[in-house]
Order: sequence, then structure tokens, then C-alpha cells
Amino acid sequence: MCTVCGCAPGEAKIDGQDLIHDHDHHDHDHHHHDHAHDHHHGDDHSHVHVDGHTHHYGHGPAHAHAPGLSQSRMVEIEQNILSKNDRYADKNRAQFAAQSIFTLNLVSSPGSGKTTLLTRTLTDMKNDHSLYVIEGDQQTANDAERIRATEVPALQINTGKGCHLDAHMVGHGLESLGVADNSILFIENVGNLVCPAGFDLGEAHKVVILSVTEGEDKPLKYPDMFHAADIMILTKTDLLPYLDFDVEACLENARKINPKIKVFQLSSKTGEGMKDWYDWIEAQKNQTAATTANVLGE
Amino acid sequence: MHEMSICESILQIMEDQAQAQNFTKIEKVRLEIGPFSGVELEALRFGFEVVTRNTLAENCVLEIIETKGQAWCMECADTVQINERYEACPKCGGHQLQVSSGDELRIKDMEVN
Repeated sequence: MCTVCGCAPGEAKIDGQDLIHDHDHHDHDHHHHDHAHDHHHGDDHSHVHVDGHTHHYGHGPAHAHAPGLSQSRMVEIEQNILSKNDRYADKNRAQFAAQSIFTLNLVSSPGSGKTTLLTRTLTDMKNDHSLYVIEGDQQTANDAERIRATEVPALQINTGKGCHLDAHMVGHGLESLGVADNSILFIENVGNLVCPAGFDLGEAHKVVILSVTEGEDKPLKYPDMFHAADIMILTKTDLLPYLDFDVEACLENARKINPKIKVFQLSSKTGEGMKDWYDWIEAQKNQTAATTANVLGE
Repeated sequence: MHEMSICESILQIMEDQAQAQNFTKIEKVRLEIGPFSGVELEALRFGFEVVTRNTLAENCVLEIIETKGQAWCMECADTVQINERYEACPKCGGHQLQVSSGDELRIKDMEVN
């Protein structure tokens, strides 16, 4: 087990391997404990006590200054429950900023056409940009293989029983993938419109993908995700003539949840509408590069 | 959504705090949870009991303070109360709402030994 960030080989796997990585391992006084509970989450790093940010090892008995320990006492915590994920996300974000990496977190239901959209995007943009992909799925490396067929470097993270990628898995993914400076990184999250909403990965934008074969009321059914995302892509628009899907009603529903959401309508199959999406990515990437240059210049 | 992993995060914060603040048993914990946090309270209670078994928080009383959802209505230029993200402004019926609170998911305090 890694005693720095505390991840242990659980069910989460990167390209079929357990999460193993190099850190300087210090001799911490490790607090041993037995947990008998079930691990629902694929990555059982959440039990370990050293995260390098808030933990105060080495205080030892010197810290035992509180009198009357036998009495019950109140301790103020005032801490966000997902603060650990948020710290990893901040770390990822700092790395993205330092290396000028523009990162998108793609979220949707299973079957919306995320991977198809992504392979087309990669094929059309790879000659002009340095691109990378992190693929999240519960099982199989099928999607990473589809991505690698475009010759873009891709890494598969299998979350095991987990329902979402978290910032810690993505941090290790970055280590393994070795993303170059001035790149665009696409993170394809586990197909799930619920859980990934709450987990910041450090990305610049969450992009929610909705296909026209789904219902127009999906934004209302899954409001947390449509609120967390600031970009929405309506895919498979080539199928609109065969469906009763009401585009305007769908967009209106999305704006009820998130008045500022930016929308692209496109078909990965025919290519209709793809150019607007590429232009937006390119403009955002240039902006990221300009920001990094400013920071470095200061 | 992912109540079990949230429970594991709660337990981890508890264990971190036990080290930092020198206690070994938690009698009671108070959480603040908003209506837009994406958490199903019953699933959280269930998960909490399972996750804390054989830990410093075994049999710990879980008190959940449910916070209210609030939003800023741009039309009314006022703070209004809402129960769902997609609700219209109760005053003007518009949807130009900026949610300002209701996504709390935090540990407020704990009673410890």
C-alpha cells in the first residue's frame, strides 16, 4: 500500500494494473486498524491516514495536551466530506495549469455516443494538436482500444464496482500517461448521469453529452449533472428526422437547470456541427496556453 | 448516488481528526446536507452504519441537519427558496435562478471521547 496518498490495490485498475506508483515513502507511524466493512468503492484508498495535506504525523504524544480525555467533548469539524477529492482535484488543476493542458471531463449516460464523438474528434484534431485520453469504465479496456486505434495515447481506468472517476485515480492516470505540455486531455468518465456530478477531477469544463435518442426531459431527471456541467452536447442529430425528439424543449429544460449552459448540436456520424465544437476547443486551448504564459511571465 | 463512498470519506475524516485531535471514540456526528448535494439520506444512514462497524465510530449517533435550497433570482433581484434545481422562482415564475445554497455536504461537528 502506498503510504503517501494512501491508495491500496483495490478494484480500481489502470490499464489492467493495480494502482501502483512511485512516491518517496517515509517512515510514518502508521495507525493500524481493521475494517471489516464492505468496500463498495473500487478504490479503497479512503481508509488510510496519510494524504500529505492535512495530516500531522510525528506529533506523537506531544500533541496529547487536551485535558480530561475521558469526558465527552465537542469538536468542530466544518469540513466538506469530499474535501479529500477536492484537494486531489486542485493538485491536478495546478498540474494542468503549469503544463498548459486543457482538460475536458466528458459525462453522459451509457450509450449516448461519448466514445464515438471522442474518436471522431481525435481523428479530426490530432494532426494539429497534442491529444491524450483517459477512459473510465467499470470493466474492460474496449474503449481505450477504440481510442488507441486513432493513434492518440489513451489510458484505461477501470473503477471496479465504482460508479465514477475520482481526482485521485485521474492523478495516477496522469503519472502513467505522461501528458506533454500544451496538450488537450479528454477524460471520458464512467457512463452515469448521477455520481460523476459530485467529483471534481480538476478539469476546465464538465461536458455533458445527451443523444437525441434519449428523452428531452433528461436534464430535469438528472439535474445535478446538468448543473455541474457548463457545456452540453446534443449528439446523433442525424437521427432527428426519425424521432419525435423536441430539441427546443430539451434545451429549455437544460436552461431551467443551468441558465448559462453552452450548447453544441452535432452528429459524430455525418460530421454536421462538429466544426463549432472543434473551434471552441481550440479557442479554449489557446486561452489556457495564454494564461500559463502569463503566469510564467510574471 | 455514491453514498457508500461518501460514508468512507466521512470515516476517513473522522480517523484523521482522531489522530490530529487525540480522541479514540466518536459518540455523535452532525452532518449538514443540502437538497442539491445528490445524497439520498436513507442510503447514507444505511451506508454509515455498515462503514463504521468495528471502527472508532461504531454505534455513533448520526444526526443530519437538512439545509434549505436557496437561489438568487435575477428577475426579482432577490434570494428565494427552492426545493429542486429545476423549480421556477416562487415569486416571478422565471428560471433565471442562480443556486446559492443547498449543495452542502459537510461534517459540522462531533462529540468525542
